[in-house]
Amino acid sequence: MEYFAKKYQVIVIGAGHAGIEAGLASARLGCETCVFTINLDWVGNMACNPSIGGTSKGHLVREIDALGGEMGKAADANTLQSRILNLGKGPAVHSLRAQIDRRLYSDYMKHVLELQDNLDLRQAEITDLSQLEDGTWQVKTHLEAVYTADCVILATGTFLAGKVYVGDVSYESGPDGMFPANKLGVALKNLGLPTRRFKTGTPSRVNRKTVDFSKLEIQEGDKHIVPFSFDNNLEIQNKLPCYITYTNLETKDIILKNLHRSPLYGGKIDGKGPRYCPSIEDKIVRFAEKERHQIFIEPCGENTEEMYLQGLSSSLPEDVQLKFIRSIPGLENAETMRTAYAIEYDCVDPLALKASLEFNDYSGLFGAGQFNGSSGYEEAAAQGLVAGVNAAHKILGKEPLILERSGSYIGTLIDDLVTKGCSDPYRMMTSRSEYRLLLRQDNADRRLTPIGYEIGLISEERYQKYLKKLELIDIEKKRVQNLVISPSDEINELLVSRETSPLNTGVRFAELLKRPQLNYELLTPFDTERPPLPYEIFEQVEIDIKYEGYIKRQQAQVDEMHRLEVKILPEDTDYNTIHGLRLEAREKLSKIRPHNIGQASRISGVSPSDISVLLIYLEKECRK
Amino acid sequence: MTDKTTIAAISTPMGTGGVGIIRISGEKAMEITDKIFRAFSGKALADSEGYKAHYGRIFDGETAVDEAICLVFRAPHSYTGENVVEINCHGGVFLTKKILRLVLANGASPAAPGEFTKRAFLNGKMDLSKAEGVMSLISAQGEQGANAAYNLLEGSLSRKIEEINSSLLSVAAHLAAWVDYPDDEIEEIDENNLRNTVQAALDKINLLLSRFDSGMAVTTGVDAAIVGKPNVGKSTLMNLLTGYDRSIVTAVEGTTRDVVEETVNLDGCILRLSDTAGMRETGDIVEKIGVDRSRKKLERAAVIFAVFDLSRELSAEDLELIEMCKGRTVIPIINKTDLDRKADISVIENTLGKCVAISAKDGDGYGELCEKVTTLIGTKDFDTSAAMLANERQRLCCENAVASLNEALEAIDFGLTLDAIGVCIDGAIAALLELTGQKASEAVVDEVFRQFCVGK
Repeated sequence: MEYFAKKYQVIVIGAGHAGIEAGLASARLGCETCVFTINLDWVGNMACNPSIGGTSKGHLVREIDALGGEMGKAADANTLQSRILNLGKGPAVHSLRAQIDRRLYSDYMKHVLELQDNLDLRQAEITDLSQLEDGTWQVKTHLEAVYTADCVILATGTFLAGKVYVGDVSYESGPDGMFPANKLGVALKNLGLPTRRFKTGTPSRVNRKTVDFSKLEIQEGDKHIVPFSFDNNLEIQNKLPCYITYTNLETKDIILKNLHRSPLYGGKIDGKGPRYCPSIEDKIVRFAEKERHQIFIEPCGENTEEMYLQGLSSSLPEDVQLKFIRSIPGLENAETMRTAYAIEYDCVDPLALKASLEFNDYSGLFGAGQFNGSSGYEEAAAQGLVAGVNAAHKILGKEPLILERSGSYIGTLIDDLVTKGCSDPYRMMTSRSEYRLLLRQDNADRRLTPIGYEIGLISEERYQKYLKKLELIDIEKKRVQNLVISPSDEINELLVSRETSPLNTGVRFAELLKRPQLNYELLTPFDTERPPLPYEIFEQVEIDIKYEGYIKRQQAQVDEMHRLEVKILPEDTDYNTIHGLRLEAREKLSKIRPHNIGQASRISGVSPSDISVLLIYLEKECRK
Repeated sequence: MTDKTTIAAISTPMGTGGVGIIRISGEKAMEITDKIFRAFSGKALADSEGYKAHYGRIFDGETAVDEAICLVFRAPHSYTGENVVEINCHGGVFLTKKILRLVLANGASPAAPGEFTKRAFLNGKMDLSKAEGVMSLISAQGEQGANAAYNLLEGSLSRKIEEINSSLLSVAAHLAAWVDYPDDEIEEIDENNLRNTVQAALDKINLLLSRFDSGMAVTTGVDAAIVGKPNVGKSTLMNLLTGYDRSIVTAVEGTTRDVVEETVNLDGCILRLSDTAGMRETGDIVEKIGVDRSRKKLERAAVIFAVFDLSRELSAEDLELIEMCKGRTVIPIINKTDLDRKADISVIENTLGKCVAISAKDGDGYGELCEKVTTLIGTKDFDTSAAMLANERQRLCCENAVASLNEALEAIDFGLTLDAIGVCIDGAIAALLELTGQKASEAVVDEVFRQFCVGK
């Protein structure tokens, strides 16, 4: 029988990467919060690859950390191997990625949630969600407990009406063999949320003892490990390597012969799959000329022999999977432990959301993570953090946190989702940011820690540490701008050997740092008075100086955009009554309901003259 | 509203008027004008008080372009409430355009539709009751500008720009895939190839820009369409007006199957003239496409030359054409005065006004037609500034693309990392895509997945 269990301020449905950050942010800002999960043993489960970070995703993790989120710390504490990708391609695209012990990561996150003040963590399937007359939200569990809250954050990942496909077999299921949230799926439809079907997939896992490592290339971690968290005090070490192998013509042949047995090619799945995460059969069909595809074999943890086969995502039948896996060098005798599958799930059209991640039409209801049409742990966590902060802000009567796209990848991600929408699961990429020379992973703290501090997720102590860092950067920058290096045979020998012009007269150290061929390290012998500062300080100074011109130019674009971002469009604006808007603009604006003029200007179908009309309208309203 | 940009536009109708006015508004209005204007008094506009006129010369570098009078208004005592300079020069399309271009090259941006009025409102120069009017004005001018831009984009210019853009997109996608998928086997970027692609794109855009200047690509003027049912002599008229056999003329109906375009100068009035396929119901697929295009041309043209055959009785197709031209700026033309008269022209004149009678074949009536065109365009409040604006915006987009590509080359030669170079190339793509309203980041992402096999 139904019974009333408890009243909260914020309820988070789901304890994946989005739900965790949402729950923690809300609780840390003082709201009584409950996080529900269908299975308490898999809080923060990495249902796909056992790694965190990567290109642009590493940026997201560092931004989450700079704002006071948990993901970076959890990753640092459970790293198996760490690498910086894209070294040599420029600081804007340097990206940190770590292989993670997924079981330990899950335990770590569960424990953090358990210890958090103001937060309850519960195992229960939420089966119903509705809004009471006074605006309060009410959820019910499968055990018929009723909870209420002022705000609810939906972070249902791939659980919502989840359905798994392996070849011609299909069944209702969440990820990794967990229960799906079927009833909630129905409840959300009844509520009128614009849901739709997306799909994603994951490759097989094999047992380490059945892999022939003699045939594999080994990939070691970096010698010098950079942590995700700017607040890290741990000594991080590489514990396990990754391995590389390749598919071959035999693999291709097996797949092509069995293509008709794939539910995707057979037309059984209608969910939109992610372009960036194609199944092996997709890759072979679409890029038929490629003879081989690279496969990474990644460890899942220190206490398990399970290994993840990155690049072999598939929805072919189990027997076909085993056959093509065994056609690959090193995997001839591999025994699979989990079979690759495709999963189809309900998610929402993010155009129905505000930039705060609250629904336009449902006050107090928020969405985060895969539920919003994104993909990836990092994308989910980023949204979870923002949704958690904004649920708390709503309750505390504060303005919502809207991160500008020119200030962070998180802002770019959310702006893309709620302004442009997405037709397949959205993955972050560096090329999605027009401001990427400014939005680097190395300066995430300089961009966002003041915001995290202002919100209240960054402690005073950490903030003071951050201010100290800024001061050191400043002092060091001034030092190199004043330091004059005189011509000498030694320095000219170095310059010539680096293929850059020798000195005739004295030149400032900063000028030498500007040259792409030179860096701090090379110039050490000529900089005898250099203070003993941490590596990060020199890194910031060098990037600031080297890319000064480009940074300035991008900053000018940012300032230009900012002028429009601060012009807030009231939520109750009725675009149908604004004189002079074109029909298409009217429809789009009414649907998307942009937060400000800047966001409005990025909506396709809203022209510059529509923006002018909106500016006049705003001016008119404020003169009234 | 603190809009920092200084904007400029031609504020007199484009045509053959006696005086042309270029209006410049914004903080730097005087400063920018001083770069191209030298007063005979030797005084700089920056030092001038408001409400003063200065007589002097406009210079393009060291070459004098025209004599002009500059009126100076100081904020807030001007139409827009900002600093304003109005350059009064000697009219004419090319001269006014040239001076506007000089102003833009020296730091002003082309004014958006209705932007002067918008600024006037935002700066408190108009009371609240005018707001609705301002909003309508902006939206109307925006629409007109968009149509004009669309017209231009349909042509060879857009194909050219697409071609340039696709080469840049392919490079940008390669860079993006190489950066975003470090673990996938993406081929290294060859710096020489990269440099060559950027250089090639740069050369092509520069060529386009030089054509802009000589007026070949987009001669501003009035979009005019020659329309009529088959075999009334549209192509003959086209050839008469262009002065050579631009269109193929036969006695066979449906000879012109596509739109033929040419720019002509009729007594100083510049027409972007299109000869269209004769409008009729047809089963021929190719001809049908041509007919559809004719309809489109007719819808968009600023001036319609509706041609009727005097030697045949008016048909249902003629009547339909009369209906379509109702309320438009139209010159009804009755052709073939050299043959027997059979058509009842009162039907045409009742709806479309007085007809011009010509014999396109012999050139009879050519003078009257020219006169009619010039009076129509000269006397009517004919606003081609929208089209003009679209042109200038396009040119500016191309110039922004050139600036970005030059930066890319500089960065490559300086040996900077590819992230900086990628941003420059993205900048160029964004500038070119602005012409079609697409977003650069989306275009690059789409291209990555089209071209490369990436992802786990």
